[in-house]
Amino acid sequence: MIEVCNITKRFGPTVAVRNVNFSVPKGEVLGLLGPNGAGKTTTMRILTCYMPADEGTATVAGYDVHTDSLEVRKRIGYLPENAPLYKEMFPLAYLDFLSRVRGIPTSQRKARVERVVETCGLTGVLHKRIGEMSKGYQQRVGLAQTLIHEPEVLILDEPTTGLDPNQIKEIRTIIREIGREKTVILSTHILPEVQATCNRVIIMRNAELVADGSPQELSRRATGTALLVVEARGPADEIRQGLAALDGVKSVTVAGAEDSFSRLELAVTDGKAVAERVFAAAVRAGWTLRELKAESASLEQVFYELTIGEKEEQ
Amino acid sequence: MRNVTAIARREFQGYFNSLIAYVFLVIYLLLTSWLFFRVFFLNGQASMRLMFDIMPWVYLFFVPAITMRLWAEEKKVGTMELLMTLPVRDVEAVLGKFLAALGLLVLALALTFPIPLIVSLLGNLDFGPVAGGYLAAILLGAAYLAVGVFVSSLTQNQIVAFILGVVIVFALYMIGSDIVLYSVPTAVASVFEYVSLGTHFESIGRGVIDSRDLIYYLSIIGFFLYLNVRSIESRKWR
Repeated sequence: MIEVCNITKRFGPTVAVRNVNFSVPKGEVLGLLGPNGAGKTTTMRILTCYMPADEGTATVAGYDVHTDSLEVRKRIGYLPENAPLYKEMFPLAYLDFLSRVRGIPTSQRKARVERVVETCGLTGVLHKRIGEMSKGYQQRVGLAQTLIHEPEVLILDEPTTGLDPNQIKEIRTIIREIGREKTVILSTHILPEVQATCNRVIIMRNAELVADGSPQELSRRATGTALLVVEARGPADEIRQGLAALDGVKSVTVAGAEDSFSRLELAVTDGKAVAERVFAAAVRAGWTLRELKAESASLEQVFYELTIGEKEEQ
Repeated sequence: MRNVTAIARREFQGYFNSLIAYVFLVIYLLLTSWLFFRVFFLNGQASMRLMFDIMPWVYLFFVPAITMRLWAEEKKVGTMELLMTLPVRDVEAVLGKFLAALGLLVLALALTFPIPLIVSLLGNLDFGPVAGGYLAAILLGAAYLAVGVFVSSLTQNQIVAFILGVVIVFALYMIGSDIVLYSVPTAVASVFEYVSLGTHFESIGRGVIDSRDLIYYLSIIGFFLYLNVRSIESRKWR
């Protein structure tokens, strides 16, 4: 559905996107993840034909974004960052304007507008100007705006920023529902969002693509360096040596001591299995365990390693 | 065409949604009537000349005021990104905005109809020059608008757009005035006289509709709309 091939975009001396490649098949929800300034928005702007790439090509539904820009734009629903909207308009007038520009026949306009109003839960705020609505409702108007022409592709730039937890949950539900039938790309720097909504993740850092895979695959990649936190009372040296000898423990670091408890961090291969062995060892040696926590290998870790960890090495 | 009308419609409604239209219409009509009738009764002639003579000066401030937001606001709020990713050609967006502003200007002119009506009740008004005057006012206004919309696309600050608009329009009008024409070499003077918005306005305003004047206005409008399209496109330059 979407093919991105060796895209590069520069703004003067800064490179915003460097040699990015990916493709999105029909019906996939792709999360574009990365810290602020990683090039997510620029990538989206290139795909939506707002600005051209300096090098490389991108196609949406078989149309080139540069040479067949109008055809591409007809097939995309785009929600830019912060959902910019005509604040002085009423939602119905705004959606009516969009349905005109989107070329929806007069006879269907009303029905289409009513449908997106229902999908996005706007019924209660139709009497308000867009600018008078809360941020959450503005975001919903922005979503409604992307759906009016039933596009094949949805591109959403940080669709949940500035919303409260309840609103985030609602927006995610809407996106997941939409994602069943359509191809969706959404950018975010919030990790749980990706786990909650996407079937594939792309991580960008410093204008480059650094990882591509399903959330599970990426978590698995991090499993090798999972962390186990142990707090136990007993002779500090004995505990350290005892734990280091356990099967599956790669290294032990002392994170601190408090009262008579020592706090240790174990780098392990398999968090759950090793936790069991730690407990057994504690029982055998008579240590008192106060904490035994597996910092489960999460996307968070992958994200950290890929985006910050490597930067420190440089 | 469908896109042009959709955008023009939205912008035109936008003027009324944001009170700009009401403020503009009321103040424009009050100011024009007052400036006209103040001199009209002293003059004692059944002619609309006085109203059309002040038009370039009234427009100088009113026209940039209604065009300044057209692009500048879209850029500032970020809706530009939405508009430019809709399946709309740049030229359609430019035309739509221009036509919306022109619609408001024509509406304002149409609402001055009580003035010729009153004059014709008081004396024997010749409607030929009145029609010519209205046509000249629309053409001049449209040329000012084309400049104003273009200038608005250069900045995201409405105040900057307003001031730049006033300055450019003023310059284009003044280069045809006698003060300027006498002080430059003859060769330059004839070019200035042709390019000036003012010279052509006066000849149509007399009731003489010359195709050269029409072509002049249409080419000035076309030129600035073209510049506008180019400046919108500039985001795509590689």
